[in-house]
Amino acid sequence: MPQRPAHSFRFSRRFFIGVTATLAAVRTLIPSGGNAQQLRKDALDARAAPSAGSAVTLRINDRPIGLALDSRTTLLDALREHAGLTGTKKGCDHGQCGACTVHVAGRPVLSCLTLAVMAAGKEITTIEGLAGAADGRLHPVQQAFIDNDAFQCGYCTPGQIMSGVACVQAGKAGTEAEIREYMSGNLCRCAAYPNIVAAIQDAKSKIKRT
Amino acid sequence: MRPFSYQRLLQPSDIAALPNASPRDAYLAGGTTLLDLMKLDVMRPERILDLDALSQTDLGDIEVADGGLYLGALVRMADAADHEQVRGNYPVISQTLNLAASQQIRNMASLGGNVLQRTRCPYFRDTSWSACNKRIPGSGCAAIGGFNRMHAVLGTSDNCIATYPGDFAQALIALDADVLTISPQGDRTIKFSQLHIEPADQPNIESTLGPGELIRAFRVPAGPWTRRSAYVKVRDRESYEFAMASAAVALHLDRDVVSEARIALGGVATVPWRAREAETRLAGKHLDEAAAMGAAEAAFAKARPHQYNAFKIELGKATLVRALLQVKAMEI
Repeated sequence: MPQRPAHSFRFSRRFFIGVTATLAAVRTLIPSGGNAQQLRKDALDARAAPSAGSAVTLRINDRPIGLALDSRTTLLDALREHAGLTGTKKGCDHGQCGACTVHVAGRPVLSCLTLAVMAAGKEITTIEGLAGAADGRLHPVQQAFIDNDAFQCGYCTPGQIMSGVACVQAGKAGTEAEIREYMSGNLCRCAAYPNIVAAIQDAKSKIKRT
Repeated sequence: MRPFSYQRLLQPSDIAALPNASPRDAYLAGGTTLLDLMKLDVMRPERILDLDALSQTDLGDIEVADGGLYLGALVRMADAADHEQVRGNYPVISQTLNLAASQQIRNMASLGGNVLQRTRCPYFRDTSWSACNKRIPGSGCAAIGGFNRMHAVLGTSDNCIATYPGDFAQALIALDADVLTISPQGDRTIKFSQLHIEPADQPNIESTLGPGELIRAFRVPAGPWTRRSAYVKVRDRESYEFAMASAAVALHLDRDVVSEARIALGGVATVPWRAREAETRLAGKHLDEAAAMGAAEAAFAKARPHQYNAFKIELGKATLVRALLQVKAMEI
């Protein structure tokens, strides 16, 4: 049996890199001085208020974007509220609906359950990054969603398309059943499912698999 | 979400040297359980330790050798599920992972985090319910006497009937895996069956891991039963849903006679559940439908239903029978 954990580690760097919200809390305590009650109130305020924010660089659709973010900020909120990329949608905000699906390091993930700091330094692709940068031509899956009428209200569509692109690229679009299984993490309240499956079937011949 | 401090760990030795490890710390891998429950205010960690960089160490490795399988705790569910040798030599592991969650979550969630995921009991997840012994020790249990259709029938107590929601853990407990851990107190290895704790009178304590203790890897010993193995999962919808009842089965057969059976049940118990009574019942028997039903009866002999979940006993038995016969019929 493999007995791995005794071997040397590939990484040897200094003890943690710290990004701290605690520092901000401590700083607000110092100038307040005065009585214990005031100190306690200030401490509570500091806990409740968003911390000043750490500098985070996100690489979104091939462009680095520097943002000052509270460590609690999700990747979804960073994209929508800080980077101005509102194509990615907030549905349930608990990882149950798939509306917030983006690609991080080439794989679909739920941006609502990812902290922005977790994605720092990784390649992030959103719905805005799918069309050709030079000519603006739609990605084959985007075009197929239009051609196959694969949405009604359209709210879940960016997430559906991000999963659909990955479905084809990962080679999981062989059969209708395979597509439905792969796409099960993306809910559509308009129930456009048959047309979504048709769109992915349509697009798969037009995409190069990775 | 409440404020927390955020730190990145860079190597396993950072854990051994962790200052002031406490239950108020939380390790962050995929974040799919932690961030969900922090948004719900059910989990309130004060210090978050991000493990992402440790994926570049042995914690991110998969290794298949003659003696068994090594799965680093930070391997993502999707990577273990789609690993060719895992699929071929340990199908039950691949299936428990692939039948869980959605593709997005399988891309995010780590194996270590997966086995420690928290219950889906709605009274635990919704803080507007004041009675939950798991969330607030001593507060009572709103599920007993509440809407308990999805709750457990095995391993319950008068204080908690919350179901353990995972799938992968059933494969690990059936295959008698080891759990390798690191902590400020040192490294240790325990059996997977020693990792989770039945609710008894302290439902808030779910595992035997100490403060700052991190799962480093799982080691699954090879055996003649690993290739003849499968996972059957029954749920309310066909995909992206937790088990209502499930069975992980691995068999070593001599023609139709059971040399050794490994059985675990999901969706019906408070912890990953090894059905040893069923295994004993099958040993040395010719495996047919009657023998499978006998084993299923043994597995659920001590089951305790509540108002809305008595159906799980019948469903659980039928699920196990189906899994046993399906595994027997496998062409190896």
